[in-house]
Amino acid sequence: MRATRAASGGPPALPAWRSVVLVLVGGTVGTALREAITLVVPRVGDVPVATVGINIVGAFLLGVLLERLTHSGPDVGARQDLRLLVGVGALGGFTTYSALALDTVLLGSRDSAAVALLYALGTLLAGAVASWAGIAVAARTARREAGRT
Amino acid sequence: MILVLAALAGGFGAAARFVLDSLLRARIPVRYPVGTAVINASGSLLLGLVTGLAAASLLSPELQVVLGTGLLGGYTTFSTASVETVRLVREGRAGAALAHSVGMLVTCTAFAALGLAAGMTLAG
Repeated sequence: MRATRAASGGPPALPAWRSVVLVLVGGTVGTALREAITLVVPRVGDVPVATVGINIVGAFLLGVLLERLTHSGPDVGARQDLRLLVGVGALGGFTTYSALALDTVLLGSRDSAAVALLYALGTLLAGAVASWAGIAVAARTARREAGRT
Repeated sequence: MILVLAALAGGFGAAARFVLDSLLRARIPVRYPVGTAVINASGSLLLGLVTGLAAASLLSPELQVVLGTGLLGGYTTFSTASVETVRLVREGRAGAALAHSVGMLVTCTAFAALGLAAGMTLAG
């Protein structure tokens, strides 16, 4: 995610308060959604399938959002607000890496190295494919819209 | 109530991620997404620590949810890491992409294990 640069052009400063608040609000909503889904969807064996789904869906949606925003213009104003609120905040807070890492450790000790590897590498690979697909879908939509005008 | 607190904590975690990533981006001007790597590794270490302390009953289950699921879940992110990896692949930077995916996964898992062990050792 790009930082908000100081207007002076000097060394880049801390992001603006407004930007931080947008990320905070989005992150709260994203985390609430992750909690709700995790509570509703039970683990299969010891595998946290909720986390798997959350991370893959989030990776797809972030790919769509960022590609869409890139095609629609420079990262300023409402576009930047949307990126901070939904991209950095909501989708960033919705998906999680710490749980992926810790559950890999726990699966490795409680089940087997094979289950842990399958969980970790499966999430990683499916996430990358999902992000790629999200970017491709958004790029195609943007091209189609550009062709129409 | 705990879930509301945890959600809010996740918001603060996301804000911390944004500020730290912005600072790192400004101070370490390389063409590699260092911020996400540092954030996910540190968050994994801390989640291991929180879980270890909770397992030893040094941390209440409520605090474990607020700090672990909330704060650290919101602080670390999978979606950004995933999109960044795809970007590196599309730029033809296979080595960087591998480091940002498999490398990050191995590092973060090792850090989570380290945090877990440290938490349980601290608890005695």
